[in-house]
Amino acid sequence: MKSLEELRQLRDKVEKEMKMRDESNRPEIIIGMGTCGIAAGAREILQAVLAELEKRDVDAKVTQTGCIGMCEREPLLDVKMPGKDRITYGNLKLNDVKRIITEHVINENIVQELAIARMDN
Amino acid sequence: MKDIIYRSHILICTGTGCTSSGAKKMRIALEDELAERNLNKEVKIIETGCHGFCEKGPIVVVYPEGVFYCEVKSEDIPELVEEHLLKGRIVERLLFKEPVTEENIPSYHDIQFYKKQERIVLSNCGKIDPENIDEYIALGGYEAVGKALSSMSQKDVIAEVKNSGLRGRGGGGFPTGLKWQFAHEAVSNKKYVICNADEGDPGAFMDRSLLEGDPHRVIEGMIIAGYAIGADEGYLYVRAEYPLAIKRLEKAISQAEDYGLLGDDLFSSGYNFKLHIKKGAGAFVCGEETALMASIEGKRGMPRPRPPYPANSGLWGKPTNINNVETYGNIPYIIKNGAEEYSKIGTENSKGTKVFALTGKINNTGLVEVPMGTTLREVIYDIGGGLGEGMKYKAVQTGGPSGGCITSEHLDLPIDYDSLLGVGAMMGSGGMVVMDDGTCMVDVARFFLNFTQSESCGKCTPCREGTKRMLEILERICEGEGEDGDIALLEDLAHHIKDTALCGLGQTAPNPVLSTLKYFRHEYEAHIFDHKCPAGVCKDLASAYLIDKETCVGCSICAKACPVDAITGTPKESYQIDDDICISCGVCASKCPVSAISQG
Ligand SMILES: Cc1cc2nc3c(=O)[nH]c(=O)nc-3n(C[C@H](O)[C@H](O)[C@H](O)COP(=O)(O)O)c2cc1C
Repeated sequence: MKSLEELRQLRDKVEKEMKMRDESNRPEIIIGMGTCGIAAGAREILQAVLAELEKRDVDAKVTQTGCIGMCEREPLLDVKMPGKDRITYGNLKLNDVKRIITEHVINENIVQELAIARMDN
Repeated sequence: MKDIIYRSHILICTGTGCTSSGAKKMRIALEDELAERNLNKEVKIIETGCHGFCEKGPIVVVYPEGVFYCEVKSEDIPELVEEHLLKGRIVERLLFKEPVTEENIPSYHDIQFYKKQERIVLSNCGKIDPENIDEYIALGGYEAVGKALSSMSQKDVIAEVKNSGLRGRGGGGFPTGLKWQFAHEAVSNKKYVICNADEGDPGAFMDRSLLEGDPHRVIEGMIIAGYAIGADEGYLYVRAEYPLAIKRLEKAISQAEDYGLLGDDLFSSGYNFKLHIKKGAGAFVCGEETALMASIEGKRGMPRPRPPYPANSGLWGKPTNINNVETYGNIPYIIKNGAEEYSKIGTENSKGTKVFALTGKINNTGLVEVPMGTTLREVIYDIGGGLGEGMKYKAVQTGGPSGGCITSEHLDLPIDYDSLLGVGAMMGSGGMVVMDDGTCMVDVARFFLNFTQSESCGKCTPCREGTKRMLEILERICEGEGEDGDIALLEDLAHHIKDTALCGLGQTAPNPVLSTLKYFRHEYEAHIFDHKCPAGVCKDLASAYLIDKETCVGCSICAKACPVDAITGTPKESYQIDDDICISCGVCASKCPVSAISQG
């Protein structure tokens, strides 16, 4: 180690991984993984979300939830930005994932035409 | 290194406690389950060190939610993966249940055991993979060394440590900055730093947990100490009984070497430092600093008189700084955040936090880190969850075999070095053994004295002969052979040994006797004059068991349970106990379905 600068660069590189264990406020993407969700392709949606987050270097929590009773609208995905309402998107196709992440998670604009519900903060 | 971004991290504690309750087997089951469900590219398993909550091990924490699962067995894995990782549903039955409210608590931070703690030294324990230096660095590790070497003089570092108010965590509580200053001022072409990780007190395991859970923190503290005093070489003296700590330290040292955090010209400052591990020789006295150094030199681990102190003439006669594991563990925080920030925590003369190992008759055994000045009541009742059901608090033994007991009248005493000495106990290394009213205090004193007596190295007479005589008297008292005058004799011997023994082992060995005599003299008197052990522990004094003829239903369960066949009788009529054979073990009374058996 030659300098504090070099140490900090290394830190920046390895820090991303540890963000996972940081429980402070980060955008959260919640995927419906009940039996209904999985049958409708939630696993693939989840994988697409992970791939997109990695590609765009976005720091977000990805969690799952069970069936919320809107089985006919599965696969479902919720986006919860810190301090904002939780928005539910439904009837998703794989290529919707990219849009939701760029528009909602990165630019913080709700994708109105895919949104099906809003839950108060 | 290809960085996969995982969506979830599963942290499994593989400290010594959780490993012994099956963490390794559970980890393998988890790996298999993840692979089977094709989740191994999404979910990462990380082995961590101790979370402190050993009572509830094996412990698993699932991120990003931070859900804290307890007592997870390999059989629980399929459900955990299916429910939590696939469906996002918390597995309620594996959550921690608060003993008082019976409430299920999903998150770490909401559990009473953690709520009142303030984790500085243990902040990374259970949170990072101790075998991966990157995780330590990601949380700001090695920045304190970087700061010290790039922008602070040796004197600056010493001043910072002095101003922080840090005192040695190895037992004595000597001001750390002052110790460093002495070693810094000693003139020599060669100096050493040593980390004392011999941890010999019965019931103590804080140093082990820190080394297993966050070895780099201790290494970082040692590099800073080395720089401050001008040493280019250091030794970690670790108990041989701590194989996992040794393994993780070896790995940590080699990773730090690879990154150039140990070796030559650290941070381009021209400062060189290397570290070695020395396995302990297995005797309690080897934790005493002069004996420890003799042991590193390859001699028998026997203490020598001080002065000269190690700061002037230590390892191989060279100026040496020796500190405890936890002491070094505080250093990175102090250098990084400054003395002022650090000294906000704690009491007037005891700054920072202290890690305690809670054991004995307490609900939540484990490791706790609290600010100095926290009361015993908070530690035992709020964090420790109180005593087991139906048990009544009697005393807590702090400071292990060198310490003393604290009774209920002092439960609200804010704990620090001086307050404990004031009530005849001692901080020691931080062991806390909680005792209930079923504990005989004479027996406790005998237990500790038996320990120190057998660990006495034999070099000086007061310790070698004196502790032996004291132990003989205590054994006699416990056997019902105590005589008038024994108490005075014990006190007389105790004071002589304290005044004349060569090292701390002998000087503190009588403490448990003096302290129990101070608070529980009546128990000694009951043993000697009434031939009674009030707690019913000392077998020779326990009153014989009697079967009440009226209540006995003649079921014969007691006779079958008796290990020495002291009970005879006729089935369906009644039974009796033969006093001459009975050993008063109490098994019969505990088995009797109609409570017909009691101690006379
Ligand atoms: C019999 C005996 C055993 C000791 N065992 C330990 C030990 O296991 N660990 C420890 O850090 N200090 C132990 N000490 C205290 C050390 O001699 C020394 O004071 C300590 O390592 C100094 O470090 P500190 O200033 O950081 O507390 C022991 C002392 C005696 C007398």
